[in-house]
This record gives sequence, C-alpha cells and structure tokens, in this order.
Amino acid sequence: MEHQSLYQYLLSLGDNALILGQRLGELCGHGPSLETDIACTNIALDLLGQTRSCFQYASKQLDGKTEDDVAFLRKENEYTNVLLVEQPNNDFAFVITRQYFFDVYQLMLMEWLSANSADETIKAIANKAVKEARYHRRFSSDWMLRLGDGTEESHQRLLDAVEALWPYTQEFFVPSEAEAWAASAGIGPDLTSFKAAYYNDVEALLEQATVPVPENPYFQKGGKQGRHTEHMGYLLADLQYMQRTYPNMTW
Amino acid sequence: MTIKLHPNIEADLLPILETVPDPEIPVLTVLDLGVIREAVRTADGVHIKLTPTYTGCPAMDVIGDDLKSAFASQGITATIELILAPAWSTDWISEAGREKMREYGIAPPLSESADKAALLGDQRLVPCTICKSTNTKMISQFGSTACKALFQCMDCQEPFDYFKCLK
Ligand SMILES: [Zn+2]
Repeated sequence: MEHQSLYQYLLSLGDNALILGQRLGELCGHGPSLETDIACTNIALDLLGQTRSCFQYASKQLDGKTEDDVAFLRKENEYTNVLLVEQPNNDFAFVITRQYFFDVYQLMLMEWLSANSADETIKAIANKAVKEARYHRRFSSDWMLRLGDGTEESHQRLLDAVEALWPYTQEFFVPSEAEAWAASAGIGPDLTSFKAAYYNDVEALLEQATVPVPENPYFQKGGKQGRHTEHMGYLLADLQYMQRTYPNMTW
Repeated sequence: MTIKLHPNIEADLLPILETVPDPEIPVLTVLDLGVIREAVRTADGVHIKLTPTYTGCPAMDVIGDDLKSAFASQGITATIELILAPAWSTDWISEAGREKMREYGIAPPLSESADKAALLGDQRLVPCTICKSTNTKMISQFGSTACKALFQCMDCQEPFDYFKCLK
C-alpha cells in the first residue's frame, strides 16, 4: 500500500516533467531562433533528467518494472500530468506562457521538497531540480516580459496565449489522491497552500508584461485523474512509438 | 544521513581516474569536474560513486561506460553507482580544471553573486576567454549545453561559452 502510494506520487512528479519535456523536444530544430531553440531543448533535457530520477525511483516501488516501462508503456488514462503541460506548441507565445505558468509552480514545489520532504530520495532529486528550475523560470519570465512589452503583434500573441492557457493553471492546486497521501506523510506539500503565492507572482509579472489577468475563467482539470485533452493521444503516439513498435528495444 | 563534501578516493586509483575525460569538455578529467564522489577497492574490484552535473546530462551514461573501460584496461572490474545527494556544485570544479577550461575557450563559473549579476543584472563581469576584457554581454541564457550560457566580447567580438554557476 505504502509502495503503491509512493509510486503514484512519483508518477505525478515525473509525468509533468516528461510530458512538458516531450512538448519542448518537438521544438528541436524548429525553434524561432537558434538561441531559443537551444534554450527550449536544454530545458527539455533538464526535465527529462528529472523524469528519469523520479521513474527510476518509482520503478523500485513495484516489482519487475523498469523506468522505460513507466515512461513508455502506460495507457493514456494512466498518465497523471496536469492538462497544462500537454497543450500544443501553437506558437512561441504559447510555448513561453505554458512554460512560465509551469515554472512558477515547479520552482515552488522543488523548493518545498528540497527543504522539507520526509523522503530522502525525493529530497535529493528536488535538490538538483531546484537549481535547474531557477534557470527555467528566469528564462520564461524574461520572455513573458519581452513578448508582452514588445511589438503590437508579440503583445497580441501573448495575450491570446495567456487567455487560452489560464484555465489550466488551477489544476496544480487541487491535490490528487496521491498528492494528498504525500502531504499527510510529510513527503510532499499541501498544494492548496501554494495557490495564493502562485497567483501573486504570476499576476505581478503579467502586469509588468502589460497583459491583463484573465477574468471569470472556467478552470479545467482532470489530467491528474488521467482524463486528458484531445492533444494527449497524439503526443503519446510520438513518445511511445519506438517502444511499442520494437518492444524492449534499447539504444 | 551524513553528507560528505570531500570525495573519498583511494590514492592508488587516481592515476586511472585521471585518464578519463569529460566527454563534453575533453580537456577536463572526471576528477577536475568533481563528479567522482567515491572510488574504493572492494572484494571484486572497484566501486565508484558518480554524481551527475545536471540531472539530464547525457554525458553521465558515457562517463560511466568510460570509467568501466578505463578500469577494465587495467584488469579491474568497476561498478558504478549514480548518487544524487549531495547535489553537484560548480564549486567542485578544481582550480586546475578552471584554468584548462579557460584555455579551451570556456569562461569558468564566477562566484554565485557575480554569476547572478552577470546573468540577471546585465553587469559586465565575465572575462573574455581571448582578450580577458570584461566588456562582454550575454547573448543567450543557454549555450551549447544546459550548463553553459553564450556570451560575446564587445572588444574583440569573440563569442564564447560561459559555464554557469550551479550551487
Ligand atoms: Zn575579447
């Protein structure tokens, strides 16, 4: 039971990083400029590194599983990432907004885990991830400001992206069963306690970026329970192709 | 849990470890980089504890394989264990390593506060690897790998990598 709960909690940590990493990886060779292309793929690499650490530890909780099984051989409804991270790369403003909304949360989470988690391995993983998360948040905030306060077109695109992605931000703060278990065991934070600080930070930056905070949104959730948006199937088809086509292949 | 900040490496293993380069910056050895946290003899060979620089660093798998083959060439079986705590810091890069990095054309990491000022405050602090001028500016927060940022010298125009401080 304990192992099963820890396994599920590690999936929740790893899945967000895996799916966002996959989305960013799609930009390899397709970024709007060489520098941003390199930045996005480097962030993807950091996120995949965090995923591996989580999944290696997760696979030890269940007999006979490997990190590749965990990453590649689950069905869509077994992935527990939030809906935000699976949203497509519509344009660079979407990429940056999705990243920024995620980075603010991820940095808060990794700071908490690295300081407080009762699980030594999770604490160690977070200790490394927190350093990377700081660079990521710096990168995405810089670009939020540059796009929002840039040209008429970049401003409009950022506005559209913020409007479209805002409804996905609240899911972070609605704990899943596994996250609630982790909080009660002192392994993870009480996510509801992050909400005020998160919106404080995000709204202050939006103001600086001259983008109004969206009003009266209808918030979307369900990713943590495996109910994903229509984009997820296509993403997984790409992600799982090799392992499904050539079972047990290794590089 | 006790945290050892200084690596526990048996002295007679140093000559072999010194032959293993970092695959990304080949002028540095794994010792210069500070990623070997322990190397001890065991009943069946040598056990090495390796810590990743960045969690996703693809060089880690290569370093593990390179270590095994370096020891194998001396008839020694090496087992590799990847450890995460304590987290690697750029402070662990040796002085010799920093000098080699500079000669290779990569500016070594500044202190934490100077690094922040250079990357965030846009202060001109990172010296050019060619002409040593600090009249340099950041072109991109991420360089050829996640651990580096891209800079350019405003005096001699040379673009160069800066190895970011990680603490
Ligand atoms: Zn110069």
